[in-house]
Amino acid sequence: MIDPSRRSWLKASVIIAAALLAAACGKKEEAPAPQAAAPAKAEPLKAAWVYVGPVGDAGWSFAHDLGRKAVEAEYGDKVKTTLVEKVPEGADAERVIRDLAAQGNKIIFATSFGYMEAMFKVAADFPDVRFEHATGYKTAANMRLYDSKFYEPSYMAGVIAGKMTRTNTLGFVGSFPIPEVLRNINAFTLGAQSVNPKIKTKVVWINTWFDPPKESDAAQSLINGGADVLLQNTDSTAVLQTADKNGKFAFGWDSDMSGFAQKAHLASCVANWGGYYKKAIKDVMDNTWKTDRTVWGVKEGMNDLVKVADVVPDDVKKKVDEIKQGMQAGTFEVFTGPIVDNTGKEQLAKDTKADQEWKDKVAFLVKGVEGTIPAK
Amino acid sequence: MNEVALLIAATIASGTPLALAGLGLLLNEKAGVVNLGAEGMMLVAAIAGFAAAYHGGSQWIGFSAGALAGVAMAAVFGWLVIWLNTNQYATGLALSLFGTGLSAFVGIGYVGKKLAERSTFEVPGLVHLPFLGDAVFRQHPLAYFAMALALGIAWFLYRSPAGLILRSVGEAPESAHALGIEVRGIRLAAVLAGGALCGLAGAFLSLVYAPLWVEGLVSGRGWIALALTTFATWRPARVLAGAYLFGGVTMLQFQLQSEGVQIASQLLTMLPYLATVAVLALISRNPAWIRINMPGALGKPFHPGA
Repeated sequence: MIDPSRRSWLKASVIIAAALLAAACGKKEEAPAPQAAAPAKAEPLKAAWVYVGPVGDAGWSFAHDLGRKAVEAEYGDKVKTTLVEKVPEGADAERVIRDLAAQGNKIIFATSFGYMEAMFKVAADFPDVRFEHATGYKTAANMRLYDSKFYEPSYMAGVIAGKMTRTNTLGFVGSFPIPEVLRNINAFTLGAQSVNPKIKTKVVWINTWFDPPKESDAAQSLINGGADVLLQNTDSTAVLQTADKNGKFAFGWDSDMSGFAQKAHLASCVANWGGYYKKAIKDVMDNTWKTDRTVWGVKEGMNDLVKVADVVPDDVKKKVDEIKQGMQAGTFEVFTGPIVDNTGKEQLAKDTKADQEWKDKVAFLVKGVEGTIPAK
Repeated sequence: MNEVALLIAATIASGTPLALAGLGLLLNEKAGVVNLGAEGMMLVAAIAGFAAAYHGGSQWIGFSAGALAGVAMAAVFGWLVIWLNTNQYATGLALSLFGTGLSAFVGIGYVGKKLAERSTFEVPGLVHLPFLGDAVFRQHPLAYFAMALALGIAWFLYRSPAGLILRSVGEAPESAHALGIEVRGIRLAAVLAGGALCGLAGAFLSLVYAPLWVEGLVSGRGWIALALTTFATWRPARVLAGAYLFGGVTMLQFQLQSEGVQIASQLLTMLPYLATVAVLALISRNPAWIRINMPGALGKPFHPGA
C-alpha cells in the first residue's frame, strides 16, 4: 500500500465520522413548510422546546413533543417551532437555552425539572423572551411554571390495580424520591386501598428517569417479591414489558403504551401538554402573558387514564369513570383526609382537602407502602 | 417460587452480558491489546442486533448481526492500533465515544419499536428439579454459552498450543516475533474475537435483557466488563464469577429494597469499580502476583523489525 492513498483514505474516514457525529448530535428544526410567497404576512412567532430525552422515548419527551406538534397544527405558519432533544440537565442546558433565546425565539419551554437553574439564569439576561419551565418552583418576571397532576391518573390506575391483584401486593418503580413521585406512589396506593383495604405497595428506587435495563431489573425484583401489578414513574416501556414477560400486569406511563404489551397493559397514565402549550403561545400572541404557575390535571384535560384493557371488569371501569367524572367536575380530590403515613403519623386531618402547598411538600409514604424514603 | 431461586436466576441473567464482554476483553488483553472501546462496540452491536431481529424476525439473526457489528468495530480498532500503532488507550476511548454517537444516530428510528414475542427457554428435564430448576435452568441459551465459554477459554489459554502462542504475543511480542510468530495477525485475531463477544453481549442486552432499543442502552456495562478483567486478575473462571458478583449486587440491592431494607443504591452502583481499584491496589503491591497473570506487554504497541 502506498502512503498517499492511505492518507486520503484516512482523511475520508475522519470526515465521514465527523459528519456522522454531527448528524447524531440531534438538533432538528422543523419549519411548517416554506413560506415563499407571503410577504404580507407577519413574522411567525418563534417558539422552542428543550427535551431531556430523545423524542422517540415513547415517554416523557415524546409526550411533550406531541404537545409541540399540537401547537403547529393549531397555528400553522403563524408559529415556527424548534426542538432540541437529549439535553443533559447540567452545564449544557444553559448553553442550549441561551442559544435558543439568542436565535430570536420569543418563548422557550424547558421540559425537565433539572433545567430550572439554567433557565432562571438565562431569563435574567433576556427580558423580552418568555420562559416556561415544567415541574419546577422558581419564577421571574419573564419565567413561569407549568405542571400536571399525574397523581390523578395514578389514583385511577390504583383503583384498577386494587381489583386486579391476586397477591394484594402492588409494585412501584420509582425514579427519585421527590414530592412529585411520592405523590404518585401515594395516590396509586390510596386508589388501590379505596377498593381493597388489604393492599400493600412495594417500592424500588432506581435513581434515574431513564435506564431501561435497570428499570426492568427493578420490575423483576418487585415481581420476585410477590407484586403482581406494577406502576412506574420512569420514562421507558421496560417495566411494562418485564411485567408482560412474567405474566403480570402493569400500566403505561407518560404516553399510550398499549402497543408494547398486549397482555400486561391495563391502562396508560398520560399527559396531554398540547392544551397548555397552545394557551401559552396564545398568551404571547395576545400580549397577555404574565408570570404565573399553572397546575392542570384531569379537569383541564392535561392528564388522563386511557386505553383501559378489556380484562378489566366492567364494574371497575364504571368506578374509574365515576372518579374521572368527579375529577373533571372538580369535586373529587385524591388527597382528602384522613391520610396517615406508614409510620402511623397523621398527615392530613379527616375531611380536609389538600391544598397546593401541602402537595408541594409531600415527603412521606402513605400507610400500606412498604419501605422508607432514602435519605437525601 | 422460592425467592432465593429467583434472585439467583436474575443474577445469572444480569451477569451474562458482563461475562460475555469480559471474556472477550480478556482474550484481547491476553494478546497484549487493551480495548477501551467495549462500551461503544456493545452499543453498536446492540442496535445492529435489534435492527436485524426487528426486520429479520429472528433472535438468532439479531445475535449474528450483533456479533458481526462487534467484529467490524473491532476491525477498525485493530487496524488502527496494530498496524498504524496508534495509542491503544486513546483509540479505545475514541471508539467508545464514536460507538455511542453512531448507535444513537442509527437507532433513532428504532426507539420505541417492539420485537416479536418470543418463547421462554427451559432446559428440558432439569427445569423440574426443585429450587435448581427455577434458579439455573430457565435461562436464555446464551447464559449457558457464557458459562461454557469461560471453561473453553481457560482450556484454550492454558492447555492448548494456540493459547500458548496467544499468551506469548501478549507477554513478549519481540521474543514471539523472533520465533517466527506473526504477532500482528494473532493480535488482530484476538481483537476480532473480543469484538464478536462484546457484540454478543450488546445484542443480548437489546434482544433478551431489555428487550428494546434506546440510546445508551448499555449504560456503563462495557466499562464494568473492562474493570472485570483486572478484577479477575486475567483468569477466565474469575471473570465469570466476577460477572455474577457484579450482576448480583444490583439485583440484591433491588431485592432488599422491595423487602423494605434500605441501602443507598448509589453506594452499590460504585461497588464494582471500588472492588476493581481494591484488587488493583492489592495486586500492584506484590509484583509476583502481577507477573503471574497480567500480560507483560499489555497496552504496548509492537513494531516488527524495529
